[in-house]
Amino acid sequence: MKISEKWLREWAAPKLDTRALADRLTMAGLEVGAIEPVAPRLEHVVVGEIVSIAPHPSADKLRLCRVNVGKNKILDIVCGAANAAAGMKAPVALEGAVMPNGMKIKKTEIRGATSSGMLCSASELGIAESSEGLLSLDRDARPGMSITEYLELDDATLEIDLTPNRGDCLSVAGVAREVAALTGAGTKPPAVKRVGAKVRRKVSIKLDAGQDCPRYVGRVIGDINPAAVTPLWMKEKLRRSGLRSIHPVVDVTNYVMLELGQPMHAFDLDKLQGAIHARHAVENESLDLLDGKRIKPEPGSLLIADDRQPLALAGIMGGLSSAVSDATRHLFLESAWFRPETISIRARSHGLQTDSSQRFERGVDPELPVRAMERATALLLTIVGGKPGPVVERTARRHLPRVVPVTLRADRIQRLLGMAIPSRTVENILARLGMKLKKSGKNWIVIPPSWRFDIVREVDLIEEIARVHGYDMFPSRQPRMAMVARPAPESDVDSPRLRAALVDRDYQEVITYSFVDPKMQSMLDPGATPLPLANPISADMAVMRTSLWPGLLQAILYNQNRQQTRLRLFEIGRRFLTLNNELTQEYVLGGAVSGDAAPEQWGMPRRTVDFHDVKSDVEALLALAGMDEAAQFRPIRHAALHPGQAAEILYQGQQLGLVGLLHPAVQAGFGLSQPVILFELRLSLLRQEKLPVFREFSRFPSIRRDIAIIVNETTPAQVVLEWAQKAAGELLVNLELFDEYRGKGVDSGRKSLALGLTLQHSSRTLNETDVEQVMTEVMSTLESKLGAVPRQ
Amino acid sequence: MTDTTNAVEQQLKMLMAEAETAAAAAGDVAAVEDLRVKYLGKKGLLTEQLKSLGGLPPEERPRVGALVNRAKEALQVKLGERKDSLESAARDRQLASEVLDVTLPGRGLRQGGPHPITRTLERLETLFLHMGFEIADGPEIEDDFHNFEALNIPASHPSRAMHDTFYFDAHRLLRTHTSPVQVRYMEKHQPPLRIIAPGRVYRCDSDVTHTPMFHQIEGLLVDTDVSFADLKGVLSDFLVQFFEKPLKVRLRPSYFPFTEPSAEVDISCVICGARGCRVCKNTGWLEVLGCGMVHPEVFRHVGIDSERWTGFAFGLGVERLAMLRYGVNDLRLFYENDLRFLRQFR
Repeated sequence: MKISEKWLREWAAPKLDTRALADRLTMAGLEVGAIEPVAPRLEHVVVGEIVSIAPHPSADKLRLCRVNVGKNKILDIVCGAANAAAGMKAPVALEGAVMPNGMKIKKTEIRGATSSGMLCSASELGIAESSEGLLSLDRDARPGMSITEYLELDDATLEIDLTPNRGDCLSVAGVAREVAALTGAGTKPPAVKRVGAKVRRKVSIKLDAGQDCPRYVGRVIGDINPAAVTPLWMKEKLRRSGLRSIHPVVDVTNYVMLELGQPMHAFDLDKLQGAIHARHAVENESLDLLDGKRIKPEPGSLLIADDRQPLALAGIMGGLSSAVSDATRHLFLESAWFRPETISIRARSHGLQTDSSQRFERGVDPELPVRAMERATALLLTIVGGKPGPVVERTARRHLPRVVPVTLRADRIQRLLGMAIPSRTVENILARLGMKLKKSGKNWIVIPPSWRFDIVREVDLIEEIARVHGYDMFPSRQPRMAMVARPAPESDVDSPRLRAALVDRDYQEVITYSFVDPKMQSMLDPGATPLPLANPISADMAVMRTSLWPGLLQAILYNQNRQQTRLRLFEIGRRFLTLNNELTQEYVLGGAVSGDAAPEQWGMPRRTVDFHDVKSDVEALLALAGMDEAAQFRPIRHAALHPGQAAEILYQGQQLGLVGLLHPAVQAGFGLSQPVILFELRLSLLRQEKLPVFREFSRFPSIRRDIAIIVNETTPAQVVLEWAQKAAGELLVNLELFDEYRGKGVDSGRKSLALGLTLQHSSRTLNETDVEQVMTEVMSTLESKLGAVPRQ
Repeated sequence: MTDTTNAVEQQLKMLMAEAETAAAAAGDVAAVEDLRVKYLGKKGLLTEQLKSLGGLPPEERPRVGALVNRAKEALQVKLGERKDSLESAARDRQLASEVLDVTLPGRGLRQGGPHPITRTLERLETLFLHMGFEIADGPEIEDDFHNFEALNIPASHPSRAMHDTFYFDAHRLLRTHTSPVQVRYMEKHQPPLRIIAPGRVYRCDSDVTHTPMFHQIEGLLVDTDVSFADLKGVLSDFLVQFFEKPLKVRLRPSYFPFTEPSAEVDISCVICGARGCRVCKNTGWLEVLGCGMVHPEVFRHVGIDSERWTGFAFGLGVERLAMLRYGVNDLRLFYENDLRFLRQFR
């Protein structure tokens, strides 16, 4: 909320400068986010009075003005403004003045006529975005007076970021109350007097929806002057609060809203028919709002209507048909109290946040409507004239919020705040906030004022005490707590460990959005039905990912398009899969690798990364979980992966994850210039009970024997290794596959594999016969089971 | 002294001179070995001299024998020295031939890096774990109850409008903060409690200072006598340790529906040392987190007696802390995943 400092000080004037006042408010929870001067510095700009005016001899649009600038000085000024007229008072920039746009005012000749100064418009003074003609000053302006002084431009706008609970501060009155409570300065509200009825005309009011509109105050004001204009002082106050001047009547209702916090509405009485109803909308109603939009209020929305039709969306925005215009002669004024929940729900569902709805949804003082009506009436009478009718008030008292006494315990204050606060301080603070207190032993019974509807619990009062006392006053303390040993499962491979492993293996971690492009998603995981967002931020972030691959590939693509060719990315995050109608939100670790296997360097041939490079990284992760030996890689068909280079990773029958080369067709579809190898592991499955278990090891010498065999190309290496292991029996302590070869010297359809077997006996040194026996058994098993032959 | 003795001595001198010359001329270790065999071997020339002692008069033998042995020893030493010097020369040559350009870069893989957000998260977790907090986790797809209702934010609450929630349907949404984790944790555990809940959160907002996904850490401490003063102490200590700088920390009244009293925590600007800069908008203060005493309504929703237990909760934005700590000037960089950015955090 924007508030003029001068306006505020009219109500409450503490002995604090602007900065100190802003700091005091900020430290009490009314954060002053910005302090802006209301106008640029204006020196040598004074009030001038056009004494006489004559046409310019050689320019149609220019006129020669004789301007009184005080101290018996009359200046000749050439002026092009259409509204310049004899007797008019307007700002004059004298010689030496520098305008906000940088223009320097000098004595000059304009088409042969001398001009020693400039008559100014509001925008030339920097106090309006745009304006037409000279800024016409009121009659009381004294020629020669500094314009800064006359318009009180040495003022600042305080921008206060109010928290949603402090609706009571959405007005000058509210902030002034707060300033008074914080500083001890008194408040000087303008006197609001009852304005008696001059005419008997009134409109009857029906509370057809008393629970949502329990109080409605209305008044007729007849015979206003349609030619009246808003006085400059009011326009300025509105401007400094961020509102434009629209129409004198609307300006007055806005002014009262800013001043007291009561949003009001003025109807053109001639457009109303019959009674005013505060009622719920029924099916198929429509309403053209002031902003030009036509809405169809949902049944149940609160409307202000007459006997014939809806007039306004209550508390949010008025309607076009009954709006005040330049032709309006008679007014019907509204000052009401609406239930905050009604306003907030409807304002949100219609996407309308107005100054009025903002106040009603945060809560307006239910005791305010009549006072605001009297204030508005008084202002209107001085500005547009007219004859007021009687104030008509309808109240459904049982639906008005009730002020409930709250018990405040002294020991609770100390317990919650960690510091004892003297009773006198507590009482003083609460009294300054307008609360009524009754002491009851060590406790108090507190009755909050009608505008503090946010105070309903003891803790609300404690917060008020803390806030006004000052958070800085509280000590800082280290809590004393029981020292408890917490579970720390040793077998748990946590994400930081896995992350570190990949980082050490030259991977870069990325974080990608959890919502992805549905097209990408379906190309990579066509089997899954991703959960769509009802209100996505954009079409390419519309569904929840069922795999980390879409995001990773997006990151690959992004970097590839920025001349990065070697990419090794991983991410740890959730995937959102619906399995058997149940949504899972499982943590997975995904990776995408593309480009050279090693960074470009001397002494190592360049090679594109391949399936087995990445498999080794995956195996390293499995090793951290103690699963590397028992995990199996089995060929799998996956729509997004190369049919011959894709594997699922199994551990005790459970699928831990996938690894494989992105299908070349999918790669091309994404516009990726290089092959990408992908993997994904389910983290929950990596976290299994697996502690190292010590096994006795042999201290006798081991013997290594290598064999090379030829088998069918389709025979998986894992099968060969399994048979070799089985055949070698318990003497085998290590088995390595150290070569795979196809090509010259090996029949087509066959491949050569070289195995290294390390043999060792647990209690003696092996002899040649032992070794021969094992090697023969291995060879003959591979021959009989797999059709292997020794490679010559 | 007999002539024979003289002859033997002469012979010895000659052999020694000859052998020493040869040793000095020996070009490699093998040549030295050849000389050893030639002079000191079983049939070596000096060894032969010992055999000739038999022809000497018995009284001369010990003296001449000793002479021969001394000569053998001397030659042994000479040859040894020669061998060492040849070996060391050979080694020097070898080493000279093995000189590498040590300024060539090392071979193999490089070091990758964690994302700056997880780097910051891990650091934050470590700090809180050391204080005795446990890590709790909760779903990212949340329900309305845990994200709002149980946190004292009913449907009509004005602060709902500030949350810019992503919805799936009438009940399910993407959590807008990590606060629902405290609700879930308190539903299952009785106090005393000390947890932090790090994780992703989502708001339907995207511009220069907002990304639709970001990270928070929620903290919750509930015990019999937790007060606002404890909250102040824990957060002040934490912030000083996080930034590894002496900082001024201030609590400023604010409002969250699920805490009361509530506060925003400001630190003296770490960018300009509180002198005033663009980042702190010339105030010298930076807002870094929100906190407060757990609201009795929240306790009521999870069945904890707010008369017996009190507690505080806080929520901090991980991106904000990472930006301040590393001087990152644009929030959106975190989610572009540009290697030129990410590689700066090893």
